Amino acid sequence: MGDTNSQNNEVWITGLGLLSSLGEGPQAHWDALQSGKPANIDSERFAPYPVHALTEPDWSQQISRRDMRQMEPWQQIGTYAAGLALEDAGAKEDESLCGRMDMIVAAGGGERDMEVDASVMKEGRGSNSTDALLAERLSNDLRPTLFLAQLSNLLAGNISIVHKVTGSSRTFMGEEGAGISAIQTAHARIASGQSDIVLVGGAYNAERSDMLLFFALGGYLQEGQHADVWNRDGTILGSVGAFLVMESRAHAEARGAKPYAKLSNVAAEHGRRDEGATNKRLARAFEKLSPKGSTAVLSGASGCADITSTEHSFLENRLSDMPVRGFGNMLGHSLETQFPLGIALAALSMKQGEMFKPMASNEIEATQAADNILVTTIGHHRAEGMALVEPVTNT
Amino acid sequence: MSTSPQKDFKGRPIVVVTGVGVVSSLGKGKQDNWSALTSGKSGIHRIERFETDGLKTSVAGTVDFMDLEQPSAPSLTYALADCAAEEAVQESGLPMGEFPGPLFLASPPVEMEWQHRFALDKEAGDSELEGYDRLIEMARTQKHKDMYELLQFGRTADRLSDKFGTTGLPISLSTACASGTTAVQLGVEAIRRGETETALCVGTDGSVTMEALVRFSLLSALTTQNEHPEKAAKPFSKDRDGFVMAEGAGALVLESLESAQGRGAEILAVVRGCGEKADHFHRTRSSPDGSPVIAAVQNALSDANISHEEIGYINAHGTSTPENDRMEYNSLKAVFGDSIYQTPISSNKSMIGHTLTAAGAIEAVFSVLTLQHGRIPPTINYDTPDPDIPLDVVPHTARDVQVDNILSNSFGFGGQNACLVFGREFA
Repeated sequence: MGDTNSQNNEVWITGLGLLSSLGEGPQAHWDALQSGKPANIDSERFAPYPVHALTEPDWSQQISRRDMRQMEPWQQIGTYAAGLALEDAGAKEDESLCGRMDMIVAAGGGERDMEVDASVMKEGRGSNSTDALLAERLSNDLRPTLFLAQLSNLLAGNISIVHKVTGSSRTFMGEEGAGISAIQTAHARIASGQSDIVLVGGAYNAERSDMLLFFALGGYLQEGQHADVWNRDGTILGSVGAFLVMESRAHAEARGAKPYAKLSNVAAEHGRRDEGATNKRLARAFEKLSPKGSTAVLSGASGCADITSTEHSFLENRLSDMPVRGFGNMLGHSLETQFPLGIALAALSMKQGEMFKPMASNEIEATQAADNILVTTIGHHRAEGMALVEPVTNT
Repeated sequence: MSTSPQKDFKGRPIVVVTGVGVVSSLGKGKQDNWSALTSGKSGIHRIERFETDGLKTSVAGTVDFMDLEQPSAPSLTYALADCAAEEAVQESGLPMGEFPGPLFLASPPVEMEWQHRFALDKEAGDSELEGYDRLIEMARTQKHKDMYELLQFGRTADRLSDKFGTTGLPISLSTACASGTTAVQLGVEAIRRGETETALCVGTDGSVTMEALVRFSLLSALTTQNEHPEKAAKPFSKDRDGFVMAEGAGALVLESLESAQGRGAEILAVVRGCGEKADHFHRTRSSPDGSPVIAAVQNALSDANISHEEIGYINAHGTSTPENDRMEYNSLKAVFGDSIYQTPISSNKSMIGHTLTAAGAIEAVFSVLTLQHGRIPPTINYDTPDPDIPLDVVPHTARDVQVDNILSNSFGFGGQNACLVFGREFA
């Protein structure tokens, strides 16, 4: 493995692992998105906040019962999706390949013990010394292993344990930006020859009150019923696990792995969120990718009103007659996982040779197959990412 | 392949260190830290941040001297990072506020704290709701956007990026107790790819809260030797029984040799190599045969293109847990053979405790200072050597030795193992 800065390897996407409210695997997602059926929304459980609730898989297909017990749902979702991606890439159970495979995971933190928290808060109302209360209750009531199900880097740790991916292991944090950096770094490592093959992705559990509380504090949640991502005031969270196996063209060809598509380039931006500055950064990211020919867009728009309308106007100006799909409309917003999910959907669409059907009422039908797909994830609060996914050509 | 002296043996840009900064329980800045560290002083003390009655551990290396807008882990974590980064950028001579490269930040996961839960819960007054529903009801008033700002995972990096003017999207990362090392490694890799000439790499941790302490305690990871706080951390000793939680931050300005020479910057050290290897054995324990740690050390040496004989000093992970120190010794013995007995190895954690997310970055800074000053900081509290770990741990007092190359080790929960090699010379 060389790693000079002179190489410029093609980066192929050779495996997809998807688990969400629409089911599991690329085919199930393609079928669900092309069927014209509405999104899978649960509006009751966390009312007034709707969520795109996970369609539970048969967990035992990827994770032993013993390992399942060591994880909270966000880790289970991610470990399952990572297993699907490895399987899809023909890498699962290949110990030698997984043993030198690099891994980059985009993650937040894990679920809390809601019952313990609620009971401690209740007791705290009548308490003179909250420190004494906490010392006693936390020491006695917290499960010792819960911490390991909460630590950000323990999704990657679980993937190492369950699927034996151990070349390297890095966890990026920081909301949508984490997923953008994860994809960008994986791409840069492969392009430069620092990595031959990388497992990259993230997992998000939307069905947890502690997470809804965080977004509620910021005033970012849509209330009541589902509404189109382009026409609503806030976001609707969605449970998603999305992992990709990416590798250099030479590495994929040598082991006979079939590509979905290639990831041509990635742009990541960051800065203050006033409309002028944001537009400048979006323009700079777009120029960096400069898509040629007919371009379709898979947008990870969150539905948070201001920033989503900024993105919508930007896309209208640049690609006015091209199909744009706000995939959050069907899958919800999955924060750290949103960008990897968008890349995975773009790769799937490339392989099918067809754009997804409109996902919202104001989205136009595709009249021709796109030459390439622009994937966006404009963070609900910070960070902007774009990537260009193109078909693999026989050169 | 390597034609230019500014490239390494693989033709990659040589990466050097042109600025370092540090804050720990020993004080603010390189000078205070280095003089305390090399005189064998401990920064570990009794915890005063919260009541410790009923807790098994009541000592830590908390940093209690920073000015904070509000007492909370994210605020302290930011303040520590800011302090270390400012010192590092200042030393590098690169423009403050217009740093010409990206930020790689190792920072602890962010969480709502009990003070926030209790405050929202109290505010809900007579509400009949309980638990998180009750908190969400208060969140819906939209009076707590500041809490939302505070609790974003990307917040510390956002603020640092705004202040120092780093380029692009900053990366916040966690590889548990190897995080600081990973931050340096990401910087090295970005420069080697030719994406940037400089990188600001920071590891920070200000997260000693009651719950954090209880969590590590429940995993039996912490020492319970509370009687003499300054003696609680005793890496490689027979009677070690766990690590001491601590806080701090370390920052390094990395730069391509070409850029540093081009602007006439003082070169403090060379980052000669990085290595890592993940472990799939267990969530908190290492593979019994040590193979992932052995591989991480070997990968770092081979990335640096040097043999173990050229390593003059090892900055140990040395947490003072029974398992880590034994495993670290066994793995080093496997790589170094008998020459491990002639290689000085010491643990900064004997004095500053385990600064968790920050540890790798702080220990990288101390490694650079060791090269600069020709002085190896000691392992203190080495009163009862563990006969099963017959290493030269530089006991009690610092040693004046001019070393050329240093190996710095970091290992973390989740099977994270990462190592760095620092050198004085470019070759």
